[in-house]
Amino acid sequence: MTCEHMAKGESLLHRADPRVKIIVALLLSLEVVFLSSLTPLFLALVSAAFMLLSTRIDTRLLLKRLLVVNIFVVLLWLIIPFSTPGSALFTLGPFTLTSTGLLLCLVITLKCNAIVMFNISLLSTSTVFALAHALDHLKVPSVLVQLFFFSWRYLHVLEEEYTRIKRAAVLRGFRPGTNLFTYRTYANILGTLFVRSYDRGQRVYWAMVCRGFDGTFWLLQHFRLRGMDFLLMSFVALLATSLLFIQWRS
Amino acid sequence: MSLIDLKNISFGYPNCGLVLSNLDFKVEEGEKIALLGGNGAGKTTLFYIILGLLAPISGTVELFGKRCIKENDFSGPRKRMGLLFQDPDDQLFSPSVIEDVSFGPLNLGMNRKEALEISRYWLERLGILHLEKRVPYELSGGEKKLVALASVLSMGPDVLLLDEPMAGLEERAVERFLSVLKDESFKAFVVITHMPRLLEGEITRALFLERGRLSPGPSC
Repeated sequence: MTCEHMAKGESLLHRADPRVKIIVALLLSLEVVFLSSLTPLFLALVSAAFMLLSTRIDTRLLLKRLLVVNIFVVLLWLIIPFSTPGSALFTLGPFTLTSTGLLLCLVITLKCNAIVMFNISLLSTSTVFALAHALDHLKVPSVLVQLFFFSWRYLHVLEEEYTRIKRAAVLRGFRPGTNLFTYRTYANILGTLFVRSYDRGQRVYWAMVCRGFDGTFWLLQHFRLRGMDFLLMSFVALLATSLLFIQWRS
Repeated sequence: MSLIDLKNISFGYPNCGLVLSNLDFKVEEGEKIALLGGNGAGKTTLFYIILGLLAPISGTVELFGKRCIKENDFSGPRKRMGLLFQDPDDQLFSPSVIEDVSFGPLNLGMNRKEALEISRYWLERLGILHLEKRVPYELSGGEKKLVALASVLSMGPDVLLLDEPMAGLEERAVERFLSVLKDESFKAFVVITHMPRLLEGEITRALFLERGRLSPGPSC
């Protein structure tokens, strides 16, 4: 499965209870959003990086994921420092660079990366199915949980169908180029994909209904809180309070 | 009382004309039926109609002696009928084989221990207990088919509707499948197949679906 590479692993965070991880991830993310001064934000980033490294996920994979997020951040750096009112650092033609803008950008960058790193280290280390189960346990409305689970499940189906169709096209000598034939082929592939996925989705649903599915997911395995879960909770509690404390002091 | 009783069923897909026209189909207890017919003859469609997944344009569906019209009418009978889909990928969605196989039993209200037990029994029976912890979508086509079959059998169905169960199976797997058909006590089964000879001796009659109607097929 393409999007669950990170869920494979044996680190502490991989083995922690997904219920705990979801709560902790939510808590940390919210806290980081409310932090506003640089010191606690920087500390948050460092602890997030520490957690991320402790998962021992392939670094290349991690960097790739972080790169995607930071593309947006780069766009912010291009706009915000010049468009935020404040004391001018220097002026370049019609553009004025302000210190307030720079600070704002730095804060956003720190926040963004800290949150993403917290979430990768806590959430990506569980399978989507485990997360869905955990959400169920946390009494999230089951419609939402199912929506979440099936979006993921169909995404996978969609991707698989696309690879299959494309492979079949390539095997019959299709070479994409810049011409009408290529565009038409891609349009056909997309169209087929759409129709097929729709049909497939319906059959998956039918198959579930045939096996007595009535909207409830019965869980085969129950989660159990273990020592490391309490360890994780205390670590996060400590981190969260100290961040708040530092924020309050500054 | 017939297990399945379809009367005067007509069905067509948009822009395709009628696939089934005024078709009658009855399955009595003890019947073992091979359903034959060319590609696109409507065999799979017939299964979908039996289970109420598609609604016929006209005609009536009676399952276990009860007339089924609305979605709700079908939910009871569906639990007693096992439909094996032609494409096992349609059927498997859980993160592990054992979870997929126990999905049905859990829905039937069994507790986890019972569900696990019965799931393991069927995996063992089909010779794939070693796949228990594997991820279904990473299995080979034949293995997937067997897992899908186990996930149907684990519900303990009275009637089996199998859509090309042997396609893609290796010889030993076909043998195990046939021994399940022979030894287990199903009230009836209908098997869509293009290889009726493999079922020789296991069926009581063959039906041929052609131009929207059923006719007695070649005797096996």
